[in-house]
Amino acid sequence: METVFELKNVYKTYNNEGKEFTALKDVSLDVNEGEIFGIIGMSGAGKSTLVRTLNRLEDVSSGQVLFYGKDLAELRPRELRNVRHEISMIFQGFNLLMQRTVIENVEQPLRIAGVPRKARREKAREMLRIVGLEEKEKVYPARLSGGQRQRVAIARALASDPKVLLCDEATSALDPKITGEILDLLSKINRERKLTIVIITHEMAVVEKICDRVAIIDEGELAEIGEVKEVFRNPRSSAAKKLVFPSNPFDPTGEDGKLIRIVFDGTKASEPFIANLVEKTGLKVNILSANTRSVGGIGYGQMVLELPEDTEKQKIITAFFEESGLSVAEVENTAVSAASEVDKHE
Amino acid sequence: MSDYIIKTIQSGVLETLQMTFWAALFSYLIGLPLGVLLYATSKGRLLQNRPVNAIVGIAVNLMRSLPFLILLVLLIPFTRFVTGSSIGTKASIVPLTVGAIPIVARMVESSLLEVQPGIIEAATSMGASPLHILVHFILPEATPSLLQGAAINVATVLGYSAMAGVIGGGGLGAIALQYGYYRYQKDVLWTTVTLLVVMVMLIQESGNLLAKKNRKT
Ligand SMILES: Nc1ncnc2c1ncn2[C@@H]1O[C@H](COP(=O)(O)OP(=O)(O)OP(=O)(O)O)[C@@H](O)[C@H]1O
Ligand SMILES: [Mg+2]
Repeated sequence: METVFELKNVYKTYNNEGKEFTALKDVSLDVNEGEIFGIIGMSGAGKSTLVRTLNRLEDVSSGQVLFYGKDLAELRPRELRNVRHEISMIFQGFNLLMQRTVIENVEQPLRIAGVPRKARREKAREMLRIVGLEEKEKVYPARLSGGQRQRVAIARALASDPKVLLCDEATSALDPKITGEILDLLSKINRERKLTIVIITHEMAVVEKICDRVAIIDEGELAEIGEVKEVFRNPRSSAAKKLVFPSNPFDPTGEDGKLIRIVFDGTKASEPFIANLVEKTGLKVNILSANTRSVGGIGYGQMVLELPEDTEKQKIITAFFEESGLSVAEVENTAVSAASEVDKHE
Repeated sequence: MSDYIIKTIQSGVLETLQMTFWAALFSYLIGLPLGVLLYATSKGRLLQNRPVNAIVGIAVNLMRSLPFLILLVLLIPFTRFVTGSSIGTKASIVPLTVGAIPIVARMVESSLLEVQPGIIEAATSMGASPLHILVHFILPEATPSLLQGAAINVATVLGYSAMAGVIGGGGLGAIALQYGYYRYQKDVLWTTVTLLVVMVMLIQESGNLLAKKNRKT
């Protein structure tokens, strides 16, 4: 598998009127060809800064960003512009030309690349078909909904046949239903056109839905990186835990009650396992939080449970869940309260 | 009013329109590029260039801070050099143009500044050159605002053209001054003033209409 982007010890320091602020600290990561790579973090973590280094909208202060092995910092203006034809980007605010029709918007990258008028139009029509907006080609963006505008932006981004699509909070301005539709469209494009996609988001649900791998950025640092499933099942860094843990868990009843988190990823969700637990073992647990959803009839999600204080009983319960094929992870009492505190502050 | 005066007013209207038209045209020919230059060379913009921005900025501000009447007088030798005469309709076009250039430049600059930074960012990410961004992204997006500004500018030039009458320019301003002020013919004064006001309003309104028709948001 080829590496599309390779970041090596990237630092980014902003300098505003003598005030220095380091938005990225020693970030190293790879983005592989054909994957959907998520970058998640809290507001101000440095996600936008990071993605903007990928097409050199932002220069790095030190370190390297390689695109198919080429150091972006070494490119001359013209070379950089050519590379940018291969790296498309979509934005939270869509950034369409409001004084131009939908099709004229989609034609923009082709016009930049010097494609003749007729070929431009044809290609733009094809792109509009992909995003399901062929009927809107003569319409001005002001008359489109947010979801439709983002579709136009996606069509525009695809028009230059890029190798990568960068999405900076592309769904943050949209409601959950439309977000779902846009994400479906992106993953369809990823599959059918073998397009590598980098998605920036602050919503775990977005990562969960379509990303293959995820990087968690915390205060400018790479806190964790890995397969989405793995990070969900077993978040190691505190930043990851904060993101993965459901918001606002109930406070545990006792100080030393043991907390566990069970994750079900589609395998066992149809079973009423809490009821089964009570029935089989006669032991009860306290559900502190549950975050579950059904995707195509299969349940995904996790629960944080408080176990009885008796260690023997704890063992029995843990064993029960493990035998049921669920992944069980111990949760530090503090981790949960830390997570809930963060939520309260926001 | 005598037939003679009515004829004079008629040709006055024509002269005013001529002066306004040519001065507005010439001031845009020079002011538009200057405005674009002011915009593009300012800090953090496409062609950021401090010396150029400072020089153009100072020149524009200097020109703009001169009262138009003073400018008229100061420009007499220059006008004579360009048109061969310092009085008449043709001669008035020179100071009108010079007076309007800085206003046009600043107006254009502020129209361009209204364009969403996101548009420029999107264009940059597509690999567009600064010139391409200017021509194919910023100018089209700014067009409705530019038209709105043009309406104001043309109306201003028309107003100034009346002042040019003071130093021997033609047009309605000169008539108002001659008959209305020196000879104290009230009816002529009011007729010319009304005509001027109506013309300004027509220009302003048609400019607004044009801008509105062009605005797709
Ligand atoms: N041009 C700039 N000058 C100075 N500081 C900046 C600049 N751009 C961003 N920053 C700072 O860098 C940090 C990271 O910003 P960034 O936009 O990358 O965050 P983010 O993770 O995308 O946040 P959000 O989710 O709110 O979009 C922030 O603290 C921000 O204030
Ligand atoms: Mg951001």
